[in-house]
Amino acid sequence: MTTNPLLDATGVVKTYGAVVALRNASLSVLPGEVHALMGANGAGKSTLVKILTGAIRADAGHILIRGETRDVRSPADARRAGLLPVYQEPSLIPDLDVASNLRLTDTPVEPFRAWVRELGIPDLDIRDTARDIPLAVLRVLDLARALAVEPDVLLLDEMTAALPANLAEKVLEVVRRQGDSGRSVIFISHRFVEISALCDRATVLRDGETVGVVDIEPGVEERIVEMMLGAKIEKTRVAARQASQVASPGDSRPRLGVANLRVGSKLNDVSFDLVNGEVAGVVALEGQGQDELFAALAGSIRPSGGTIEVDGKPVKFAHPADAIRAGIAYVPGDRTEALTMQRSVRENIALPFSAALRNWGPISMAQERSRVVSAIERLQIDTRAQREVQRLSGGNQQKVTIARWIAAEAQTILCFDPTRGIDVGTKQEIYKLLRELADQGKSVLFYTSELEEVQRVCDRVIVIFGGRVVDVFPVELADEPALMRAAYGLPRGAKVDVGILADIHSSPVAKP
Amino acid sequence: MSTTAIQPVPFGRRLKRFMADRPLIPLIILLVILVVVLQILRPGIVNERWLANTVKFAIPLAILAGCQTMTMLTGGIDLSVGTVATMSAFIMATQVVNHDPAVAILIALVPAVLIGLVNGIGVGVFRVHPLIMTLGTSLIGTGCLQVYQRTVIASGAKIPPFLAWLGTGLTYGVPNALLLFVPIAVLIVFTLNRTGFGRLLYAVGDNEGAARLSGVRYWQVISALYVISSVLAGITGLLYIGLIKAPSLSLAEPLVLPSVAAAVIGGTSIFGGRGGYTGTIIGALILTVLTTLLTILHMPEGARRILFGLIVLFVTAAYLRIIEDR
Repeated sequence: MTTNPLLDATGVVKTYGAVVALRNASLSVLPGEVHALMGANGAGKSTLVKILTGAIRADAGHILIRGETRDVRSPADARRAGLLPVYQEPSLIPDLDVASNLRLTDTPVEPFRAWVRELGIPDLDIRDTARDIPLAVLRVLDLARALAVEPDVLLLDEMTAALPANLAEKVLEVVRRQGDSGRSVIFISHRFVEISALCDRATVLRDGETVGVVDIEPGVEERIVEMMLGAKIEKTRVAARQASQVASPGDSRPRLGVANLRVGSKLNDVSFDLVNGEVAGVVALEGQGQDELFAALAGSIRPSGGTIEVDGKPVKFAHPADAIRAGIAYVPGDRTEALTMQRSVRENIALPFSAALRNWGPISMAQERSRVVSAIERLQIDTRAQREVQRLSGGNQQKVTIARWIAAEAQTILCFDPTRGIDVGTKQEIYKLLRELADQGKSVLFYTSELEEVQRVCDRVIVIFGGRVVDVFPVELADEPALMRAAYGLPRGAKVDVGILADIHSSPVAKP
Repeated sequence: MSTTAIQPVPFGRRLKRFMADRPLIPLIILLVILVVVLQILRPGIVNERWLANTVKFAIPLAILAGCQTMTMLTGGIDLSVGTVATMSAFIMATQVVNHDPAVAILIALVPAVLIGLVNGIGVGVFRVHPLIMTLGTSLIGTGCLQVYQRTVIASGAKIPPFLAWLGTGLTYGVPNALLLFVPIAVLIVFTLNRTGFGRLLYAVGDNEGAARLSGVRYWQVISALYVISSVLAGITGLLYIGLIKAPSLSLAEPLVLPSVAAAVIGGTSIFGGRGGYTGTIIGALILTVLTTLLTILHMPEGARRILFGLIVLFVTAAYLRIIEDR
């Protein structure tokens, strides 16, 4: 190496109780490079990031910044050293407006505005309260806030996760240019497409250890995956699934029938059917009403119009308990919404068992155990840290949220972006699980922000745009370009017969 | 980052981890230390009679602290326990003049159930903060009790002998109050660990939204909880009057804040989702021994209180550092 690294961490160790999060991690970032940090869930990426940014302290290890030993004890120290993170969770204080949030961190307003415009949001009012700003925009604001102080090392954790395509594109462009201007970026992502387009090198973590640093060049994907998983795996290029063997005759009544559903101004007239034995995908850009659709089906919010039928009977859900009694379970995209973090894996999975008044009595521990264990085994949850769910890795936490409803034997599962920000291996397991559920005659409604997942998992795709169903694809036609066009509300070239399409009457699609 | 890369885990960390896995052990150690200090300061004081007395006085505190433990697990608190205990004691003592003791006890528990129900509905349905809700009902209860006192001023009061027996009596040197306390303690521990209701208390306190998504109806859990808490407080009042034997309008009031302290010292998080009753029982014992300890030091009342407060703060802070393995 001719240039000295801007940031050089070696031998970093961190343990939580009996769980070793980092055993021997290192990371070296050169000036002007975009450096990918990769690893399966639980490999220690988040821990390393938190240590570098001063959020937690390492048990052992050296961190050199521009060749000098730095003791980064707090996020403020890291900031002074020129190291700025943008985490997965938005960091603006929800009750303050954007301007006050900027003042909190001494962020200059004009550069911030410039970056916000650069990042593709032309009409931000910085007097808006952070709470009222959609998640995707908040993440972009976080990035702009970091960029505005011109950090030497910018650390991006799953920056493009949950971003709509147009914003993601701008973000990647800006990140690329950071590298060109001599600053460095540490880029954490699960998306190879982004990494190969963006990064110069990648550091790969496995089980808390740095197992390799590679130059990003064509064909390196295979090596990185190998390193991440520790063994050679066949890269599973799942061919597009063949369309539904579902909708078998005799199964005439749909499991879930949604007609003209409206929720406030977000969801205006959504109709579709979900039948037993299928996984129906939902695809939409950020904030097109999919959140409200799922919340209404889960009984979390009340629709302002339209009907929901379960097995042919109209239902009105006033509380999630009503939906659960009808066999409809909701797995939110944000794990922290679904889990009781300080409780054990077992209690988290068993939580729905006790919910109803008649189940408040003594628990049959043996029976509960067998149900929980079989769900844990089915999802292959790593139970080394099972005493508190908060000690599990993100992927394992996500599995717990699903395992709960496997154990509770829900007939219909509403999965909202269950693979957001988790590793490739776990994603594969979740795809497989959803397929198995459908094959067992259950029904799954599956919202995903990653279009490539659609053809791996779904039988059918419902595309929502501006609060309406704009298209329903059979899976064979649902390749990424087609979905992308549909998600932007563009009509399909040739309208084909889509068989079980429920909303035949809404063919002249409204374009906002 | 400090530089040493030590291979074996240092002893301090191992000890901490051990404590974190068994949070009761540091508490028991602290209790033993307090008893030893007491014995050193006043040799011979720790004997069978002292033990029986300590247990007798710790029991009402421990039951009230059980109310706090359960409500704190949901992120709440029940400040009305003092008033409820006082009310049931006072009403029982005055009603027993004209009624059979069993009837008097039933009458005495009616306000307990009512206050619990109001607390539960206020917190669970109308989402009033538990601190304010229970403080409010506590004031209302005290007011009602004063009005009630006028109406019975002529009739006088008495303590049924069996309550005195339960409150103060010993059988072979063992306090009779344990006959009441042991079943209650077992029931609370069992409820928290092995019943659906107990699970829900933890779940609601840890993440109410997650509990809701799992089909838990918050208002049901909270209403049941505050009724249970209030009934326990009422029963404590009956036991306490048997111990103190002097009905007054502020009988159990001095126990309210110590009951919160006992639960906190016992490792129950005031933010909910974390804790248990066994720790609370030891917390109540610690506070009772500490009170004795401070009583035998010949100090003015003010200094005693200052010391008591400081020790409670110190112990709680130290304990949380020990058991929270971060």
